[in-house]
Amino acid sequence: MFVILKDLFKYDKRFAFGFSVILILLFLSILSFFSPYNPVLWSLVPKNLPPSLKHILGTNSMGQDIFWNITHAIKNSILLGSLTAVISITIGTFVGLVAGYRGGSVDRALMSINDSFIVLPSLPILILLSTMLKERLTIAVIAVILSLFSWPWGGRQVRAIVLSLREREFTYTAFFSGMGTLKTVLKEHLPFVIPWVMANFINTILWAIGMETTLAIFGLSSLETPTIGTTIYWANQYQALLRGIWWWILTPVIIAVFLFLSLYLLSVSISEFLDPRTRLQRMRMEEVST
Amino acid sequence: MNLLKRYILPRLIQYFIVIFIGITIVFLAPRFIPLDPVISVINRITAYGAQYMDPEALEKLTETLKELYGLKGSIFEQYIKFWKRLFRGDFGPSLTIFPTPVISIIKNSLPWTAGLLIIAALLSWSIGNILGGLAGYFSNKKWAKVLSVIAMVIYPIPYYIMALILIILFAYVFPIFPIVGGYSIGINPSFSFIFSLIKHAFLPALALVIVGIGWWFLSMRSLTSTITSEDYVVYAETMGIPKNKVLFQYVMKNSMLPQITNLALQIGGIFSGSLVTEYVFSYPGIGQVLYMAINNGDFNLLMGIVTFSILGIATAALLIDLLYPLFDPRVRYR
Repeated sequence: MFVILKDLFKYDKRFAFGFSVILILLFLSILSFFSPYNPVLWSLVPKNLPPSLKHILGTNSMGQDIFWNITHAIKNSILLGSLTAVISITIGTFVGLVAGYRGGSVDRALMSINDSFIVLPSLPILILLSTMLKERLTIAVIAVILSLFSWPWGGRQVRAIVLSLREREFTYTAFFSGMGTLKTVLKEHLPFVIPWVMANFINTILWAIGMETTLAIFGLSSLETPTIGTTIYWANQYQALLRGIWWWILTPVIIAVFLFLSLYLLSVSISEFLDPRTRLQRMRMEEVST
Repeated sequence: MNLLKRYILPRLIQYFIVIFIGITIVFLAPRFIPLDPVISVINRITAYGAQYMDPEALEKLTETLKELYGLKGSIFEQYIKFWKRLFRGDFGPSLTIFPTPVISIIKNSLPWTAGLLIIAALLSWSIGNILGGLAGYFSNKKWAKVLSVIAMVIYPIPYYIMALILIILFAYVFPIFPIVGGYSIGINPSFSFIFSLIKHAFLPALALVIVGIGWWFLSMRSLTSTITSEDYVVYAETMGIPKNKVLFQYVMKNSMLPQITNLALQIGGIFSGSLVTEYVFSYPGIGQVLYMAINNGDFNLLMGIVTFSILGIATAALLIDLLYPLFDPRVRYR
């Protein structure tokens, strides 16, 4: 595992970039535990100060230090994303496994439900759900709501892998040597599925953070908890852009761009690493070009 | 006949399943969530001044609201009623713009959203696919690598952040385009009206197109680079067929097909993006109305918009799917 990471880091620039940025962001989010200010309280520091030595990224109109606030925001956003990913991948993997192994009408029924969730416009329905729950929204509740629309992509992928694994030689070998179905699935097939699940995990985090940010600008998030989305929401509420408090709005936007970019590069590089076809192709192309 | 049975029928069935699931979620959402929309409206009314209310009047109000929201009777009865109202296109009156029916508010704003969505989707789909195809085919060229890096940086940025970046850029750094509204006020329908329309739609469309191009570019490039190593392409190249012809008639033609299916799958996501973009640029479409509905707790309007978006997106996806046999002869003759 560690060797693979090291190799990826060395030979894939995208992985190196994504991984380092994520490490920096994780470091920032760990810093939030040492924050001198409580992120929920207002008027702790003078308002609207531009960046200075005392307040590295300035302060906002609510009297909060932007740097320490953003560390909390990064932590909460990543937490939200991971929670969504855990829930939705559990559902997705389960549905994919059942559909793939059962086949027939069970497969068809599950996959048409799966496809329906892919086609349905997620944002309006998520807005409806979070409007109804407006007063009770917490990070956990948002994660549950978001999972409703993030499981089907993983489900489809796991099913495709299972379908190809089911027909392989070693499955038959296991079957004829008397291994039970459950044991075959857990011991022989799961190791193939897990790497895909990892790439999918990162993608779901990415999607969830983006969706929470989108919901937050409509004011449909846990507004007192700092996340990247709610930080932008409050900056917009106080018209930070029009009043020239650029450090307030620019900080979350830049952090968001870097977070999304690095997560995406990580997932691309991992899934490319996992897919032997693209690896072969790349090797062939390198041969041609040299 | 065979085509109908094998291709069109399953898609139609899938279409009805999508609508059924979507509408059922919309129906269940307010009923299974512990917060009662009726109570929240009453709380809102009492918050706006009317501190004391006659208990009898309150009772009546609750009844009326329940009737209005279709919350009367057993859950099964409610469900049947919900579908009946849906078929009549009756979503009740809007509460913010009382007594305008929800359906006519949606009718007014729908053309704006549809126009923006269709233009942005078509533009980003065609530009992204052409560029992606070129970059996938000539993947060793320098410009192809530069384009790939740019697409990779742009694609993961959500629509909302992109819209915000554009606003920061064009409101402060280069103030050329108007950043709010659908057209300038007080212009009669004429050439200048159309010009004003385009000018106002430019930035919202740009935000959608930029992010869209990133996604279409990346998926097209990977499709093309797989197809480029297929035997028939290598054979065509060895035969000395000009590169342009190989690219457009052998490679692009084949890699375009999955992208049509992808468009059907992605249209919901693009729609979500356009809702957000409209809100950011105060463009007078569904997104703007949606924001108003959320802010004012306008339950009817919200339900109407969500139902309409499900119907609209499912239908759009079905239409794209039905167009597919026109492009793929393998589906037509088998």
